[in-house]
Amino acid sequence: MATIAMPGRVEAAAPARPAEPTGVWSWITTVDHKRIGTLYLFTALFFFVVGGTEALVIRLQLMKPNMGIVSADMYNQLFTMHGTTMVFLVIMPLSAAFFNYLIPLQIGARDVAFPRLNAFSYWVYALGGVFITAPIFLSLAPNGGWFGYAPLTTTAYSPTLNIDFWVIGLQILGISSLAAAFNFITTIINMRAPGMHLMRMPIFTWMSFVVQFLVILAFPVITVALVFLLFDRFFGTNFYTIAAGADPLLWQHLFWIFGHPEVYILILPAFGLVSEVLPTYSRKPLFGYPVMVYSGILIGFLGFGVWAHHMFSVGMGPIADSIFSLTTMLIAIPTGVKILNWISTMWGGQIRFTTAMLFGIALVALFTMGGISGIMHSSAAADLQQTDSYFVVAHFHYVLFGGAIFGIFAGVYHYFPKMTGRFLDETLGKWHFWVFFVAMNLTFFPMHFSGLLGMPRRIYTYDAGQGWELFNMMASLGAFLQGAGMLIFFYNMWRSYRQPATAPADPWGAPTLEWTIPSPPPDYNFAKLPQVTSRYPLWDEKGREAMIQHRAGDRIPSAEELHIPMPKSTAKPFVVALFMTCMLASLIFLHVEGMATVGILATIAFALAMVGTLYSWLLSPLE
Amino acid sequence: MANAADAHGHDAAHEHHPTAGTYWKVGIILTIITVWEVWAYYIPSLVASRIFIPMLLILSAVKFAIVVMFYMHLKYDHKLFRALFTGPLLVAMATVVGLLFLFGKVAVRLAA
Amino acid sequence: MTTATLTADHGHTHGAGGAATPEHQPHHTTLGLDHRKIAIWAFIGSECMLFISLISTYLIYKGKSLVGPYPHEKWTDPNTGETFNAILNIPVTSASTFVLLMSSLAMVLAHNAVINRTGKAKWWLLTTILLGTGFLGFQAYEFTSFVHEGLTIKTNLFGSSFFTLTGFHGAHVTVGVLWLCTLLAIDLKRGLKPEDGLIVDLSALYWHFVDVVWIAIFTLVYLIP
Repeated sequence: MATIAMPGRVEAAAPARPAEPTGVWSWITTVDHKRIGTLYLFTALFFFVVGGTEALVIRLQLMKPNMGIVSADMYNQLFTMHGTTMVFLVIMPLSAAFFNYLIPLQIGARDVAFPRLNAFSYWVYALGGVFITAPIFLSLAPNGGWFGYAPLTTTAYSPTLNIDFWVIGLQILGISSLAAAFNFITTIINMRAPGMHLMRMPIFTWMSFVVQFLVILAFPVITVALVFLLFDRFFGTNFYTIAAGADPLLWQHLFWIFGHPEVYILILPAFGLVSEVLPTYSRKPLFGYPVMVYSGILIGFLGFGVWAHHMFSVGMGPIADSIFSLTTMLIAIPTGVKILNWISTMWGGQIRFTTAMLFGIALVALFTMGGISGIMHSSAAADLQQTDSYFVVAHFHYVLFGGAIFGIFAGVYHYFPKMTGRFLDETLGKWHFWVFFVAMNLTFFPMHFSGLLGMPRRIYTYDAGQGWELFNMMASLGAFLQGAGMLIFFYNMWRSYRQPATAPADPWGAPTLEWTIPSPPPDYNFAKLPQVTSRYPLWDEKGREAMIQHRAGDRIPSAEELHIPMPKSTAKPFVVALFMTCMLASLIFLHVEGMATVGILATIAFALAMVGTLYSWLLSPLE
Repeated sequence: MANAADAHGHDAAHEHHPTAGTYWKVGIILTIITVWEVWAYYIPSLVASRIFIPMLLILSAVKFAIVVMFYMHLKYDHKLFRALFTGPLLVAMATVVGLLFLFGKVAVRLAA
Repeated sequence: MTTATLTADHGHTHGAGGAATPEHQPHHTTLGLDHRKIAIWAFIGSECMLFISLISTYLIYKGKSLVGPYPHEKWTDPNTGETFNAILNIPVTSASTFVLLMSSLAMVLAHNAVINRTGKAKWWLLTTILLGTGFLGFQAYEFTSFVHEGLTIKTNLFGSSFFTLTGFHGAHVTVGVLWLCTLLAIDLKRGLKPEDGLIVDLSALYWHFVDVVWIAIFTLVYLIP
């Protein structure tokens, strides 16, 4: 509250918009949700390149039979890190970039509920990402699959440090997701502008809301499963020791109780983005908005009742298999409702085929394909034929690449002008889209066939003469074509960065609150608190003009001129995140010969440093 | 829901809490139930009987509910908090029951 | 996980010093509730899943240990002929359960004292801290005596799942004691006023939640054979 300044005199030659702070330090100390969203976006894109490169090496190795590009052990590290990276370091944080950037703007708030906690979440993610990724350069990267099935990952079968990096790294990343989830739940519940009831909330915010609940319910379960594994590995407990009577399915159950909701954590934000994109470029309200909300909630809720469909082949017995088959088939209904509503949204609309729209339409098509192969897996009998084959690989790449990634790119093209004030070039964007679309299908469609022909997942090479050569060659070429598509995208971003910022407040004629304010928005977001009277305020004939807070050429006043108190920049969340990551990372030394004492001392020292900084953070005021 | 809450705004946050007397009474009830539980544990015939486990489960559920309702004042507080607690609690309960079925710890026998 | 609860950026700044200008309300809250209270309830919801995973594992592994000692039965080692008693000590744990239950009572009375300005808040806070520490003392005694009787975290499935479950609970109690000590320090320094009811409430909700988890553990682990 101390920063409220004197009413600033408006100078005649005042700049058109207040100056943004620059420099590395300003990014380390920022607590602005928009800047944190930008940090998430660029960090996640960096890891997308890392995870993509891992995929390219995998595809190079599998291009032809009996290739020797990498060793079997390095191959294990590559597929493990490809999965772990794409799930935890790419798709979740890309979604988090949009949560951060859009939720406060869509509900008409100045920032999130806990701006410093938000910075903390980002830094924990960034540092945890480095911790889990870096070991691959020493051939010490996790090598037990992204699902890390115990007992395979216990010391008896995986004695080296590789799995330790995975266990500790996921714990670090889990803290980031949990902290962010508490923050967004509070923000969405409590910071909506006057008049924005739940049923007027933009659908992206709705889907994000559901996702945060999935996070707070699913992540504690994997936290516990990982603690068991950590204790088994470091302290000799018996949770996964079969010789001591442990149940080999315990890990699988705990992992998938987390793992299946995790799938919806990955896809629902993309669904939300596409539900913003399709109405805008069809110039029609979303078809069946309430049904879209309820189906999202239902997907989230049912997502906790289907976990064992990942385990049909372990022999749970006919009753359990039937129940999980049925719940899995059931969850297809709300998902199908969404597909139907998207198509009905476009039906009869004035469709503009922008790049964002193309990505959005592609999501509807590709996710439907992935969904249909998913329904095939829901039959336990059919799943026994498909499990652990490339058919499953094809399935989840259709839903996560064709679904989540395409939805996120739809969001990137749609919101890029809002975030930066600059447009991405549409011609290059369409090149990016078509290359991606063709490459995606070229890569993953043939995997259905190699899978049905019996090619197992996770093998590092194969012999000729099994009918897999053509399909693998196609998949590898497709993967490299995807890389080319990404190069077009990065070139497009770079090109746009060198152009002047000309985007108006609402370049696409979109209807929700984030388009009533300048592009990019000033640090305080809304100069005046919006009064919401409908679901699509900018599409109302009456009251539309009153909603618009910025027109081309308007000067953007600073927060001080408007007497809006802003949170102070602070490095404390970064420092706490750093100490916490170091504290958990030091546990690694417990497994290094002769370093256990060092590890314990370092852990305690970092814990004390963390608690000290935390107190200093909590005792200093926000504003 | 949000509309209605907008209207009374701040009042909703400061519902009247129970008095210290109520807290003491609740404390006494909790003590009585705890004594009952431990006492039951020392009666071999009761421990062997079929009602022992259901009785203990019900007693601890009652204690759980009393603490949550009175000491965490969910009974008096905004209904949002009730939803934020009971929702996850129900998912947690469903999960533990599901797991116990899957690991063969509990079973239902269909009538022959 | 605990880090998340403590990091409550103060969301309840409106009215503080009356500095916010009336025409702009950056601290407008939709429901008129404090951000931190919503966050702590969401956190408690999340903790339900944490403890249910630990409790489920304990129950799944109940009776699956290949070697003793066991929680409720005697066990004779077939190799050495050594006999181990049933491990769980019901009288001691009943006492510690009672202590934790009473700490919850002291906690609500502390909160009550703060919002009604009775001036006794520091005594009730101190009582809560002492009872909480007492519970931790019982747990330390319990753990060491189990180790002496031959049960460690490595011995069998019972040892692994028991020590992890109750250890996690004990860690939560420890965090709660530190949190309450912080509140007590604030009270001694400047006195907790009725406006501070919320920050006491946050710690109280956490404390009671840790108590109800113990209610479940006491029945499921100790009393049901």
